[in-house]
Amino acid sequence: MAQAAELALDRRSNYLRSLVVRGLAGGNRGHVGSSLSPVEILRVLYDDVLRYRPREPDWPARDRCILSKGHGCLALYALLVDKGYFAAAELDRFCAVDGILGGHPERGKVPGVEASTGALGHGFSIGLGMALAARMQGRPSRVFVVMGDGEINEGSVWEAALCAGKHRLANLCAIVDYNKVQSAGPTAEIQDLEPLAAKWQSFGFAAVEVDGHDVAALKAVFTRLPFDPQRPSAVICHTVKGKGIPFAEHQADWHHRTNFSAQVLDEMRHAVGA
Amino acid sequence: MVYRLALKDPRVVFIGSDLSPGLLQEMKDAMPERYYMEGVTEANVIGMAAGMAMDGFMPFVNTIATFITRRCYEQVALDLCLHHLPVRLIGNGGGLVYAPLGPTHLAVEDIAIMRALPNMTVTAVADAEEMKRLMEATLDWPHPIYIRLAKGGDPIVSRPELGFAIGRAVVMRRATTPRPVLFVACGIMTNRALKAADLLAQQGIDAEVLHVHTVKPLDEELILDRLADAGCVFTLEEHTVIGGLGSAVVDLAVERLSAALPPIRKLGLADRFSENYGSQDDLLALAGLQPPQIAARVVQTLGRRDAA
Repeated sequence: MAQAAELALDRRSNYLRSLVVRGLAGGNRGHVGSSLSPVEILRVLYDDVLRYRPREPDWPARDRCILSKGHGCLALYALLVDKGYFAAAELDRFCAVDGILGGHPERGKVPGVEASTGALGHGFSIGLGMALAARMQGRPSRVFVVMGDGEINEGSVWEAALCAGKHRLANLCAIVDYNKVQSAGPTAEIQDLEPLAAKWQSFGFAAVEVDGHDVAALKAVFTRLPFDPQRPSAVICHTVKGKGIPFAEHQADWHHRTNFSAQVLDEMRHAVGA
Repeated sequence: MVYRLALKDPRVVFIGSDLSPGLLQEMKDAMPERYYMEGVTEANVIGMAAGMAMDGFMPFVNTIATFITRRCYEQVALDLCLHHLPVRLIGNGGGLVYAPLGPTHLAVEDIAIMRALPNMTVTAVADAEEMKRLMEATLDWPHPIYIRLAKGGDPIVSRPELGFAIGRAVVMRRATTPRPVLFVACGIMTNRALKAADLLAQQGIDAEVLHVHTVKPLDEELILDRLADAGCVFTLEEHTVIGGLGSAVVDLAVERLSAALPPIRKLGLADRFSENYGSQDDLLALAGLQPPQIAARVVQTLGRRDAA
């Protein structure tokens, strides 16, 4: 099993993390570890892979990106802010009673969010339906669904995988943010997923593994999509839970936190160079 | 029926979950790209339908009523209702249709759990002719719909001249005297209400029958109007007495009628799993829901009320 290398994060990755921390501070809560592991995955998708128009979020020909692990929403919000879907000041109202940014992302409320996720194991089937819709309509849209490693414990994910394999949906890409730590502890202990790439392959996917924090490697992998013109793709991204904030890295008890002290907030900001 | 709709509306897609071989073969042959027969994957097909609906389609998802409601309840709640999408859930064998197959296959709380979901429309038509009218009407209804299907072959009691609109109840039989008995029924129980009304007429008891094919949204105005004129009200449903049509009517009456509240009795299935097999009619009889039993309950209730 490959592990994410201890790559130093560049300025852009740290900037995006500073937006995550701004949201954490704004709401005084949030899924810290789960929002930090998928930052580079989303960064590369939004910087280099997806076709979209921030001023026209409903542009029919866009690619769809669903963050199925909705609890990692601050990473998605960071990218959507960065791309101009809404103002950064919304992060200061994360989870506010009248804010648009909740602890899980909602379609129709947050510009750029394709599906309301949060209950795990829903986004992949929705993405599968979108991929079939694109095929029926002859649209070039591709669909990317980012799932957590804990999330793929859900049986519905594998129902969708069976179905996507059957339909040979080359316009669908499953992405696993494989940070090896789920809510209760290490995935190896709570619900081991290995051999994970072989599982996706056996469900009819062309599967590739990559360091989920290596921007160049991610870009190289996503540029090759589809890996097989007759099969859906799976990209297993080896990541670090809490990546970029040393005291949160690999820590199950940093999965979700509330009531940050001023000192902890300072330490988080310092860690990401904010 | 789905094929006919698909011919005239390009949004219509059919998704089945491991149904009978040859189902909708004509549609499969004519438009294979809009016909999906998937595996035993209820959670997945609901999410898949949601994804299609987000991009402009109107999927009709079909499987056995218990599985399309209970098995994938969270997908129905979030993928369909939270996103407020025009997906249609066709539940085969609602109620006691699968009597010989036992309690795993009896959908007797489907209406309750579906109507608890915001944005969901819940329908239980009386017969195949009314089903056709409902299916036509679905094309203009922008909300998710649960369509409770009966066995098929039930007597035709609906009448086209009475009209059909989602959310509108239908007076199927009018009373001629003041303060009549009022039956409020849905699904196949409307037929039994009409027969019970005939039996009561033989005993000189006047009864009106209100057919509520749409349990949600409820036709509040018509129901309140008929309740206000009634001497005694009996709700009739092939469903647990918890949370179905009877509960909806009682809630409405208590909220809106206050002092004018007529006596109301909910006739339906008891709060327990079925312990018997047999036929749908056998189980209805065990529950006291066949016309002579319904008429007897009315007579008994009226007698008790007169005695009091």
